[in-house]
Amino acid sequence: MQLSLSLSKWQTFAWLIGLSLSVPLLFLIVESFQPDSEVFAHLWDTVLWDYVSNTIWLIVGVCLVCALIALPLGWLTAYCEFPGRRFFEWSLMLPLAMPTYLIAYVYTDLLDYAGPVQIALREWFGWQSPDDYWFFDIRTLPGAIVMIALVLYPYLFLIFRTALREQSFKLVQASQLMGKSPSQSFFKVSLPLSRGAIVAGLALISMESMADFATVHYFAVSTLTTAVYDTWLGYYSLTAAAKISGIMLLFLFLALTLERLSRPTQVVHERQSSVNSTTLYHLKGTQAWLASGFCWLILAVAFIVPTWVLVDYAINYFEQAWNDSFFLYAWQSLKIAFWVSVVLIIMSMLVVFNQRVSHGKRVAVPGKLASTGYALPGTVLAIAVLIPLTLLDDKLNTWFEGTQFEPGLLFSGTIFALVFAYVVRFYAIAQGAVESSYQRISPSLDMASFSLGRNRLSTMLSIHLPLLRRGILTAALLVFIECMKELPAALLLRPFNYETLATHVFQYVSDEQLELASVSALFIVLVGLIPLYVVNRSMEQRS
Amino acid sequence: MKKALVTLLAALTCLPAVATEEVNIYSFRQPFLIQPILDDFTKQTGIKTNVVFAKKGLIERVKREGRHSRADLVLTSNFSALIQLEDENLTQTISSDTVAKNIPANFRDPEGQWVALTKRVRNVYSSKARTGKLDALTYEALADEQYRGKICTRSGKHPYNLGLVASMIAHHGEAKTKAWLEGVKENLARKPQGNDRAQVKAVKEGLCDLAIGNSYYFGKMMEDEKQKAWADAVYINFPNQKDRGSHINVSGVVLTKHAKNTENALKLIEFMTDNKAQNMYASMNMEYPVKPGVELSKLVASWGEFKEDSLPLSEISKYRPLALKLIDEVKFDL
Amino acid sequence: MHSLVLENLSYRYDGEAVVNNLTLNVEQNEIVCLLGASGCGKTTTLKVIAGLIEPFQGSVSILGKAMNGASGFIPPQKRNIGMMFQDYALFPHLTVAQNVAFGLTIKDKSARESRVAEMLNLVQLQGYAARFPHELSGGQQQRVAIARALAYKPNLLLLDEPFSNIDAQVRFQLINDIRRIIKDQQVSAIFVSHSKEEAFAFADRLAIMDKGKIAQVGDPKTLFQRPKSKMVAEFLGQGIYIPAQRVNGASVETKFGAVHSLVELGNMDAKGEVYLRPQHITLENCAQGSVKILNQRFMGTEYIYRVTVEGQELEVSHPAHEPLDLTKPISLKIKAHAVNFFS
Repeated sequence: MQLSLSLSKWQTFAWLIGLSLSVPLLFLIVESFQPDSEVFAHLWDTVLWDYVSNTIWLIVGVCLVCALIALPLGWLTAYCEFPGRRFFEWSLMLPLAMPTYLIAYVYTDLLDYAGPVQIALREWFGWQSPDDYWFFDIRTLPGAIVMIALVLYPYLFLIFRTALREQSFKLVQASQLMGKSPSQSFFKVSLPLSRGAIVAGLALISMESMADFATVHYFAVSTLTTAVYDTWLGYYSLTAAAKISGIMLLFLFLALTLERLSRPTQVVHERQSSVNSTTLYHLKGTQAWLASGFCWLILAVAFIVPTWVLVDYAINYFEQAWNDSFFLYAWQSLKIAFWVSVVLIIMSMLVVFNQRVSHGKRVAVPGKLASTGYALPGTVLAIAVLIPLTLLDDKLNTWFEGTQFEPGLLFSGTIFALVFAYVVRFYAIAQGAVESSYQRISPSLDMASFSLGRNRLSTMLSIHLPLLRRGILTAALLVFIECMKELPAALLLRPFNYETLATHVFQYVSDEQLELASVSALFIVLVGLIPLYVVNRSMEQRS
Repeated sequence: MKKALVTLLAALTCLPAVATEEVNIYSFRQPFLIQPILDDFTKQTGIKTNVVFAKKGLIERVKREGRHSRADLVLTSNFSALIQLEDENLTQTISSDTVAKNIPANFRDPEGQWVALTKRVRNVYSSKARTGKLDALTYEALADEQYRGKICTRSGKHPYNLGLVASMIAHHGEAKTKAWLEGVKENLARKPQGNDRAQVKAVKEGLCDLAIGNSYYFGKMMEDEKQKAWADAVYINFPNQKDRGSHINVSGVVLTKHAKNTENALKLIEFMTDNKAQNMYASMNMEYPVKPGVELSKLVASWGEFKEDSLPLSEISKYRPLALKLIDEVKFDL
Repeated sequence: MHSLVLENLSYRYDGEAVVNNLTLNVEQNEIVCLLGASGCGKTTTLKVIAGLIEPFQGSVSILGKAMNGASGFIPPQKRNIGMMFQDYALFPHLTVAQNVAFGLTIKDKSARESRVAEMLNLVQLQGYAARFPHELSGGQQQRVAIARALAYKPNLLLLDEPFSNIDAQVRFQLINDIRRIIKDQQVSAIFVSHSKEEAFAFADRLAIMDKGKIAQVGDPKTLFQRPKSKMVAEFLGQGIYIPAQRVNGASVETKFGAVHSLVELGNMDAKGEVYLRPQHITLENCAQGSVKILNQRFMGTEYIYRVTVEGQELEVSHPAHEPLDLTKPISLKIKAHAVNFFS
């Protein structure tokens, strides 16, 4: 028997998801219209513009550095044969598992004036004081840009590489046959054809870097995120904080619009056997070594060095850093990351499917609404989640008044709040990945399925789901890793005595004593490697 | 229908477990600091303790949860959080003779809405090699031209620095404090960053000569193998000994307005103000106990006696918002 | 000098020989078709020629210049090869003119433009310079692809199933057009196809491929008249095998009587089989006829009758303008033709 859901029901699902995920934001917006006793005006007069310009520079800088890292890496591993290519295809994704608060901490420790690198330089050259030489200061805006970019570039790498392999492979082959050198083919064919993918990747990266708090706070770079915290926690004005969040939302919509505009007007549907197991360019000699060297460099800087430092901490501080509850923390982290991934996959599938089968101007609205949580910094999101949930709990308790059942904080005081916050925060990632692989499924497959008597639900389950497998896995992977790393929302919304690896690490990081939490920090990184491995395996098997 | 639902839900959930004796704590302080005391409390009384730790947003959470909040106590790491909880009307009176006996009046809210548990001094560290001990140093002198490019501190917006600036306003007024802030900013060796520990490290490495920081960091660094070298490179100085005394900040506790386990919570507060916990709490983090006569840890005692600024915290805290404004106006952190 | 020489070429994929010891020459200005069923290795051969993949062994040389081996591997972009892809591979982000100009190395702007105009003129797409590929019909896209591939005067043109996406009605018109264009431009070409009709219409010579090897090379007529193997004979047209005995160099005896061959029999064996296509057999009304008609298909210019005679089922072609009277007895006769006699 086939389950049947009418079109209007699909739309209802999509709108329900879109609306419920945007509820926190809605409450925040309502909050921002409250009077705020001139805190906002004061900020406007003093530091707000510095914050705005810092934020813009941060986003632009991170995008630029990510592009400089990810585009060459994507191109090299997609089109060139050189020693280690197959290894780099997946290993260059590893930095995704590294939370920014760890990498920032580790590099500050290494490169600070008081860190081993500068001390060694001083001893070597006999310098006495900071006036004797120049060394870049890592705790600056450029420093923050590099740190964030090192962790975020894999987004662009992944998306760009997939576009190169699946969309423009044949065309680059054609270009090559017409006598174009690799670099000419890159600039004339690959780059313009992958524009949509690149912008999509950069949009994700801009939203992530805008919402970053850990790094900019640690590096004392004042951005809008720090401004939100300052006004809320310093001026005790959630209203002014909500207003600043409003400015950030403007950036978010800008990013989303740019992404939409840059989508190619003509969608290239995946043809069978378009994924080729061969490469285009055989690099030899110096070129091959340069390519390998570049990949190694990025991998080392973004992953090997920080992991090594963590291992070093863990060895030196093992007795203080070991904790019998690690497996419990790791289990709780894994469990919540897993469930959030599952929920998000289902939600994004429903929304994107509705976009595919429904018509009209507003089909994209639910997806956009649901994506708005992405640009909110974790703590702000946590509060935005708390507002409606506590309200709901209150209503619930009133309703049950007089009965022997007292629900208490059924929504806001349980793990539900945490899952909801994660879902709101990371929905955009899931939708992005599912949507882009959906576009590669030719619409004629849908018609074939409908004409063979299948209804929409059955088409989605038996046709789309298998074809989307890779996209879904990618989405799940990204969400999973983000959940493992996510901190501020987890800290604030968790129930009593609930620890994840990230919250455990944070209590030490917050005291600048990462050494004492190095073992759990390593756990976060290692656990993040599991989904990377699984997804990579499944991709290999396909091609 | 409602009744059926109620039975069903009551059967399904074991959520509001009433049976166990427990006390629920929202803590701004890291678990590793308070857990030993809580464990001791459980051992003695059989009352279970449940903790949520966060550095930010807990007050908002208590506020939003309202009458259903399960939090009985909020442990804070500075006095402005205590005052804010009181201002937001999230507290209830701690009526306990034990507490009143243990804690001097200037470390309790006049209305009994909060109690301080430990105190710490806003010290100035000076380089042994380049500056020497500065017994006559004042906070005011930090703006002097002789320290141009020689001072390190953390963000001006951190509660510890805000407290100091608020106390400056309380003593000198807004205009003078602003000028002082500008002077200090002028003297900074680098943009404010890191925590207090990182400032001492910077002095050791020669980046700056003076660092503003809380006393307890010094103690904790002494205990750490690697960081001892940094601490050994500086003297700890108590400013303004010749006049009003050094600025102090406190950590404390409030009993929430909608506490469900009031009795247990009061027991815990009383426990924390008693000799043993006071000693443990203070020495765990190298702070000063609030209860008079409680023994200091050896290390803390070795720093010597000092004079405290006696202006009540509730007075100082009035100027906190203004302090924040001034920090923004002089762009202290930028 | 040969335009292209392939010697003992082999390519393996997953340990399996896809191309196996293949040797082939292409003369200047000649169009050669690699003809074969899918999976016979023809497209792989094309890729090896283009340099998109490196052969496992053997050599490729274009205009006498070695493309691999001792002197090193020449990458595709240095081979000066033109290629037409099955799906044309037009750049969707470039206009027709930009696509055609893509491979040009001429720096001078007006010279470039005039070459593009010349090419568009050649493929009769003068007014389409500013259009984008997705605004064109399939046939037009195809003509842009050929213009693009020829614009920079390649030494060799490779065509990978270029006509398979074109409607049957215009296909042969297009094949003629493109053949004319290639001949005009005096380029040698290798053409990969699985359709013998396309191959006959387009190529000067056919190389029939089977299992990574070339089964036979020659012009269509030779292949038809003297197939070296049953595989070649079968590939060129459907038919049946009838046991036969050699009488002399020009005739064989079958159960339907003697059959005269228009060419000398290739096989010296006394016993064997002849391969009969429907066109080699005729039917006529005849009183002693014992042929039973099973069904008939009208094909426009001819009928195909499916018949059985003496326990043998076979198909016979019959001109449409002189229909048989099916109510009367019918007999069968085998025409004199170039007999394919196999042992």
